[in-house]
Amino acid sequence: MSLFSPDIGLLFWMALSFGVVFFIVAKWGFPVITRMVEERKEYIDKSLQKADEVNSRMAQLQKQSDLMLEETRATQLAMLRETAQIREQILSEAKELARQKTEKFVQETKKQIGLERAAALTEVRNQAVVMAVDIAEKILRKELKEKDRHMEYVNRLLEDECRNHIDALR
Amino acid sequence: MRQVTKYIVCIACLFAATTTVRAESNDVKEIIFAHIGDAYEWHITTWGTTHITIPLPVIAYSKEQGWNFFLSSKLHHGAYKGFWIAQEGKNAGKLVMKDATGVEVRPLDISLTKNATALIINSTIVICLIMGLARWYRKRPVRSVPKGFWGALEMFVMNIQDEVIKPCIGPKYKRYAPYLLTLFFFILINNLMGLIPFFPGGASVTGNIAVTMVLALCTFFIVNLSGNRTYWKEIFWPDIPLWLKAPIPLIPIIEFLGVFTKPFALMIRLFANIMAGHVIIITLTCLIFLTLSMGWAVHSGMTLVSVVMSVFMGGIELLVAYLQALVFTMLSAVFIGLALPEPHHNIKIEKLKTV
Repeated sequence: MSLFSPDIGLLFWMALSFGVVFFIVAKWGFPVITRMVEERKEYIDKSLQKADEVNSRMAQLQKQSDLMLEETRATQLAMLRETAQIREQILSEAKELARQKTEKFVQETKKQIGLERAAALTEVRNQAVVMAVDIAEKILRKELKEKDRHMEYVNRLLEDECRNHIDALR
Repeated sequence: MRQVTKYIVCIACLFAATTTVRAESNDVKEIIFAHIGDAYEWHITTWGTTHITIPLPVIAYSKEQGWNFFLSSKLHHGAYKGFWIAQEGKNAGKLVMKDATGVEVRPLDISLTKNATALIINSTIVICLIMGLARWYRKRPVRSVPKGFWGALEMFVMNIQDEVIKPCIGPKYKRYAPYLLTLFFFILINNLMGLIPFFPGGASVTGNIAVTMVLALCTFFIVNLSGNRTYWKEIFWPDIPLWLKAPIPLIPIIEFLGVFTKPFALMIRLFANIMAGHVIIITLTCLIFLTLSMGWAVHSGMTLVSVVMSVFMGGIELLVAYLQALVFTMLSAVFIGLALPEPHHNIKIEKLKTV
């Protein structure tokens, strides 16, 4: 039966067509396809690897920045504390200075008051002298006709009196 | 509702068609062999009594007449240029002529028969598919990914390369990959085109022994030409007890026979699978016409059975079309892999040889 005996003509055409297909497709078809797919696969693999690297680097950077933040916070705290200290110091110094100045001022004022009182006393004495002179004048006018003795006596009395007064005032 | 109407119309057509055909079991045998065998013209259909066929070129050579080219339609009315198609005898259905002594002989006949034409059509399809995909890559920027049809084709190619060729051959697979991929797509397209029941499909190309023989011979030559020293040593002087190979070379003879039986099995497997599938589908279809004379009830019952079974077998054959292409490719890859053994560690892949 011809079913099991290969036909020469068909063998020829089969060999020819398979040969042609193989020649064309194996030369310009499959190598191109597999090369392209492999290139793409390689690129994807590389990209994935790169992404992994970038991820790990990012994590590292994150850690670093966290560390820096922590440090900065600590520094900030220290600085704040220091500032508070300095403020306190300045305040206390200013207080001290103010106290000293006040004291000085008070003393000066006291001194001034003393001086002014002395001046006032001198004036009072002078007034008293003028008053005494006026009195004496009046007495004198009244007793001018009396003896010089009287005059002397009055003068002496007045002097004594004045001295006593000034002493008492001092 | 539309579906129901469609079915009714279909069945009505079927009955209309069957009433005009009176088939006998002898005709069925003829129909089957006409489909499976080769022909000088491509019969498409018969409308009433008119045969609609595509005439194909006949190319024949004889010492007396030299080269002859003519269309097969010239042979419809007996002999043409001394050639005719034998009706009986061992050359039945073939182109014959009379030699000088008056004996009926076959000329050197390389006519573009139905199968040869189908082969050329299918080869063109394979080339278009593969070169189309390659062209797709060339026309696009590097690293673009094909979608849709080309994406599916790429998946097929890479699947065969990564899952079949690489593991079966090993590190030296790159040299053999183009051949094995060509093999796979060539067989697959021929199988699938054979399942299409009308022109340009319908020719049972891979169900023809000449076709599978060429494929098996290609594998045979590639395997044995790329076989290294260890491969030949394992055939003629394997590592087995001496008495198995010394006075009577028992195992070497078996191994040497294996060199030929392996591609022979490849040839028969593909041929038998595809041919059997076609025979089953045609037989199921012929069931409709065979039961015509058995009464209305039997006939409609068998028609239903036939249609359901044909659909089922169509699905099976689709699977077989892929599977046989895969098996042929995989076994070729395994044989190539066996021809390239590593010299020092003796992997026992003998089991694979028996597949």
